Amino acid sequence: MTVFLIRRLLQSIVVLFVMSLIVFVGVFAIGNPVDILISPEADQAERERAIRALGLDLPLHQQYLVFLRKAVTGNLGESFVFSESALGLILKRMPATLELALAAMVLAVALGVPLGMWAGLYPDAASSRTIMAGSILGFSLPTFWVGLMLIMVFAVMLGWLPSTGRGQTGTVWGITSSFFTVDGLRHLVLPAFNLALFRIALIIRLTRAGARETLLQDFVKYARAKGLCERRVIFVHVFKNILIPVVTVLGLEFGGVMAFAVVTETIFAWPGMGKLLVDSFNHLDRPVIVAYLLLMVCMFIAINFLVDVLYSVLDPRVRLVTRGT
Amino acid sequence: MLQHSASVLLTVLAVVAAVFPAAAQDEIIIGLGADVTSADPHYHNLSPNNNLAIHVFDRLVHQDERQGLIPGLALSWRAIDDTTWEFHLRQGVRFHDGSPFDAQDIVSTLKRAPNVPNSPSSFGLYTKAIKEVIVVDPYTVRFKTATPHALLPNDLSSINIISRKAESASTADFNTGKTTIGTGPFKLAEFVLKEKVVLTRNDDYWGLKPDWKRVTFKLITNDSARVAALLAGDVQMIENVSTPDIQRLKANKDLALFSAVSNRVIYLHLDSNRDQAPFVTDKAGKPLAKNPLKDVRVRRAMSRAINRPAIVDRIMSGAAIPAGQLLPEGFFGVSPNLKPDPFDPAGARKLLAEAGYPDGFRVTLHSPNDRYVNDEQIAQAVAQMLTQAGIDTRVEAMPSATFFTRATKLEFSLMLVGWGSGTGETSSPLRSLLATYDRDKGTGAANRGRYSNPKMDALVAQALVTVDDQKRAKLLAEACEVAMNDVGIIPLHYQVSFWGMRKGLTYVPRADEYTLAHLVQKSKGN
Repeated sequence: MTVFLIRRLLQSIVVLFVMSLIVFVGVFAIGNPVDILISPEADQAERERAIRALGLDLPLHQQYLVFLRKAVTGNLGESFVFSESALGLILKRMPATLELALAAMVLAVALGVPLGMWAGLYPDAASSRTIMAGSILGFSLPTFWVGLMLIMVFAVMLGWLPSTGRGQTGTVWGITSSFFTVDGLRHLVLPAFNLALFRIALIIRLTRAGARETLLQDFVKYARAKGLCERRVIFVHVFKNILIPVVTVLGLEFGGVMAFAVVTETIFAWPGMGKLLVDSFNHLDRPVIVAYLLLMVCMFIAINFLVDVLYSVLDPRVRLVTRGT
Repeated sequence: MLQHSASVLLTVLAVVAAVFPAAAQDEIIIGLGADVTSADPHYHNLSPNNNLAIHVFDRLVHQDERQGLIPGLALSWRAIDDTTWEFHLRQGVRFHDGSPFDAQDIVSTLKRAPNVPNSPSSFGLYTKAIKEVIVVDPYTVRFKTATPHALLPNDLSSINIISRKAESASTADFNTGKTTIGTGPFKLAEFVLKEKVVLTRNDDYWGLKPDWKRVTFKLITNDSARVAALLAGDVQMIENVSTPDIQRLKANKDLALFSAVSNRVIYLHLDSNRDQAPFVTDKAGKPLAKNPLKDVRVRRAMSRAINRPAIVDRIMSGAAIPAGQLLPEGFFGVSPNLKPDPFDPAGARKLLAEAGYPDGFRVTLHSPNDRYVNDEQIAQAVAQMLTQAGIDTRVEAMPSATFFTRATKLEFSLMLVGWGSGTGETSSPLRSLLATYDRDKGTGAANRGRYSNPKMDALVAQALVTVDDQKRAKLLAEACEVAMNDVGIIPLHYQVSFWGMRKGLTYVPRADEYTLAHLVQKSKGN
């Protein structure tokens, strides 16, 4: 376990280093932030002043060294656009994205797993065919279009739910979140569902495939032969085995939802981090882009680690120890 | 039982009503289309930030809806000699914290405005002409300039006056609201980055009292989402209605639309000064002996090959006006003699033949795809029109992050760009877009085609030192005529901006595209 941890940690540091280098060179190749940020009416002297003020007058490798020197002390630089700490800017917006991602994943599991199980257990039923057809729609409809349709139907035509923005937040046990107020939840429903739709479809299909495959395996036959009741066979033996691919995908998708919820956040004017990232790209706000992507790398590493641990709990064949070779 | 469920229902309704109070009569929620990046009025010279600052702060000189200059914190101003301007200040004005306003606040403001650390675009642009500020008495200030500077009142209409207490405040102090204390019609109540700004009325405002006790600006940058928010009633007003939605909102009986022609001209910039243009070749793709865009006949041919009314009608859904110069008529320093070039494909071909290109040539039109209203579609339409006239034109559209860097490096030969005149008069585009590129004089900084005509340079330079408004307007108009007759740029159209709002509200639509809550009123007497 310790060896496993240390190896993971070393890998992570290399990944972070490479990532920051790629982003630095990448943003440099796209363009000069000053050309975007400066007032068009500025003259040449003002342009040069702005370039110096943002530290862009140095050659790229020196800019990178300046960044590294600050980064090892935990300072990832200040946003060009907002003149605030890049990391602080991102962390301030993380709760909004986190709650959106969480709500979406809960929806995805709560709807996806039961529907997928149903479709897997009764593959020929009309209801199952309907579920599968629905999942194809969930896969193929573009998120921004579904989002706009949700707004049109539920906010504009029916007027049941608010169209955009994050609602009031409440504080419970020191955690401030939309989950704790009615207004907050009302604002959360549409964006969470929009974000969840693709994942619901994905989990339905995974669960169904898993169920179909597992039902044919020997241990299921054996469990039945042992005279276990059908409920126990399905909900303990089959279910546990289905969960392995589902957990993998959930882990990856949760990361993806966190990092790139940008379409949903933009359409619903949700004040999360995804929108910050895209706007930062548009403004070439390099400190924010670098800080964001580094943070995401850390998150993916953590999620993958968690998934590995979960495997070992779910599947007795998986062990985290690396056997001595 | 029935009674019981009725009372439950009532309770639920009461709870619902308590949680979602109907927007009070003197509150308004406005959907803005671009992010306000700071509440510091001097940090970043950026329209959305200036838009917010106008609510909280005053300037010495204000701009009316057509960007004419009107008294703000200064009641009057005049040039007392070639290099000295004298401003008489409004008396009895108080800051939001109750402290009185006087000349010392002007001194503090002018110290801070050009020197905010890390500013990506500073206000030094508007203060650099001032060499010295002399306080004559608490309500009289003189500004000394090194050289005669006719545009000082225009420049000062962009500088928001802060309290002397905030002279050394940081941008963070303004963002938290600690030092965001102005004399303007609203006080800053809450500023949440990339989400919303909340303002409350300044009941002691010296000017017209706003109709709204509380104003919330929601930042909804997606065009469709902003319209949806208006339709759903989540906001009462939105700015920047996108062109596909204009007709739909017009047809909606619950909504009203207000529009005004803006100070933004969309134009083509041409590589008109180099012997070799990187993206111009003959029709087989081989380099040409010389750069055809250097020839004024070719440039005029291109201008005549463009069907401006068709672009306005089909692509802009009518939300534009064909352009023949740098600013629409009625603005300061425009020429009454300049009209949009007529659509004349035959004449264009003839001009091309005269210039020695009877078979035309090939060119790439570069355009941003996220900067101006329908920018890429306009570029596509222009390319087709030029191709019809014999100039094979390909379009390459890219995000503005890449576009402006490459354009500034002079990598393009023909590009679609826009120019909004912040000062509302023609010296702004003349100086930046058309004057000869000269680092030391600070002219031609945005002249990405490197057009140059000494006659025009001289006219502009003279205008900038001519304090007399009428004479200056005439000189600027003349300079416009010289530049347009040279086809230094090809103007396409002026954008028209639209504001959508609930019926019963009125707005004074503005040329500077600002959305100002104190100009939103409940319509009276209906």
